[in-house]
Amino acid sequence: MTYIGIIITFVLIENFILTQFLGLCPFIGVSRKMDSAVGMGFAVIFVMSLASLITWAIYNLILIPLNIRFLQTITFILVIAALVQLVEMVIQKISTPLYKALGIYLPLITTNCAVLGIALIAVRREYNALESFIAGFAAGGGFLLAIVLMAALRERFETEWIPKPFRGVAIAFVTAGLMALAFMAFDKALLKNLVG
Amino acid sequence: MNLYRILYAFLSVSGLGILFGVGLAVVSRVLAVKKDELVEKLEEALPGLNCGACGHAGCSSYAEAIAVSSRSEEAEEVPLTLCLPGGAEAASALAEIMGVEVDYTESRKVAQVHCRGTRDVSRQAFRYTGVADCNALFALFGGDKICPYGCLGLGSCIRVCPVDAIDCDEQGGVWVDRDTCIGCGKCIDVCPTGVMKLLPYDADYLVACNSKDKGPVVRKYCSVGCIGCKICEKKTPEAGFVVGEFLSHIDYEAAGDRAEQREKAAQSCPTKCIVRNAKPRSGEELIPAAVSADKKEKEESDSKQQNT
Repeated sequence: MTYIGIIITFVLIENFILTQFLGLCPFIGVSRKMDSAVGMGFAVIFVMSLASLITWAIYNLILIPLNIRFLQTITFILVIAALVQLVEMVIQKISTPLYKALGIYLPLITTNCAVLGIALIAVRREYNALESFIAGFAAGGGFLLAIVLMAALRERFETEWIPKPFRGVAIAFVTAGLMALAFMAFDKALLKNLVG
Repeated sequence: MNLYRILYAFLSVSGLGILFGVGLAVVSRVLAVKKDELVEKLEEALPGLNCGACGHAGCSSYAEAIAVSSRSEEAEEVPLTLCLPGGAEAASALAEIMGVEVDYTESRKVAQVHCRGTRDVSRQAFRYTGVADCNALFALFGGDKICPYGCLGLGSCIRVCPVDAIDCDEQGGVWVDRDTCIGCGKCIDVCPTGVMKLLPYDADYLVACNSKDKGPVVRKYCSVGCIGCKICEKKTPEAGFVVGEFLSHIDYEAAGDRAEQREKAAQSCPTKCIVRNAKPRSGEELIPAAVSADKKEKEESDSKQQNT
């Protein structure tokens, strides 16, 4: 599969949020404001691309030669946790407002199944190092796309009249469901048409 | 061979763990963010309840706002008296840190439920067996009580209260303990009927009704509702009772010998909806003359005996 194929796959066809339903916690939690949504999106891109690259290295250079592939989940989580800590420190240093806006959801990327998901998927599909990195970057980009679309919609909700029982998270989940339906239009046939 | 695999597994995971640990420790030293000492001091002076009554997201953001406003001329000035739970104490502590004087005159306000219409005295239109949440019940025809103004008694305010000041009995009688209440207003925001209102901390009596319906209508659905008869207003003019929209309320600012007058008013109220602002089960009689059930009287006399 070409690199463009990988990008289209993870941004549109297998969008982590809207097709695979991974990483919904920050998707709902941080999408209330556009600023923090964009910040979260880029933090996830950073973590995902680095995580998939490092997990590829660990898997192929340590786990396979030593024949201890069964340790992949625990080592991947270790890598992701350390990376998220790093991202947290960097964000706190360079932008305190963004750090405050992301709040609890930033350390929660650690347990974000989307990050572990991309690491495991990249390994299972036997991507090489560059392909893994691009897959991680594209999956993060898919997350950014979904969360930015959601934030744009939710900022509109603030000014709209919504029936009381639907206000807040309820309408957000209904909207996410409708967006997921729309994303079903991107399928494998589309990929074939685009990249052959 | 298998032993080697165990060893490899152990070594690789612990090696990675040590590597990441040391790496993060180094990075955290390099990227250390200096904490503002003034903000930390101010934060310590605040109660740390993060209730949001000051209009800031929490105690730390209020402390930060004070610090920022003190440093730059352009920033909007942040008053030191915004903390409701801390009251005068917190205000003076903040003033001491900032090196200024504050004049704290605002009296402490607490929330109270202006309704005593529990399910045994207030008529219901239907039986509700759904989710125990006032807003869910309110979405169904404005609640199961015929009275559209009263307390729904499912305790949404109890769950939202940050200091557990609100209590509820089996009949759905909700009561705020004024000594615990910090006046943050969260219960007022969550209450769908608006029966939860603020009153001064030292309020001795309150009109425990929120019904703006006319007297005969109130009498049909509740035996302890205010019927707007104006007896309290006319008989005890000095007590500060004001009747408007068929509902009596007390003007706590009014002058005069209030305590005695208000007790008189409470006794002369035909529906006994003027009650003492004290915890019902503290052994004190809430309403000067007995209300309805003998059971209540007995309970109260029992607890009285225990107290004496």
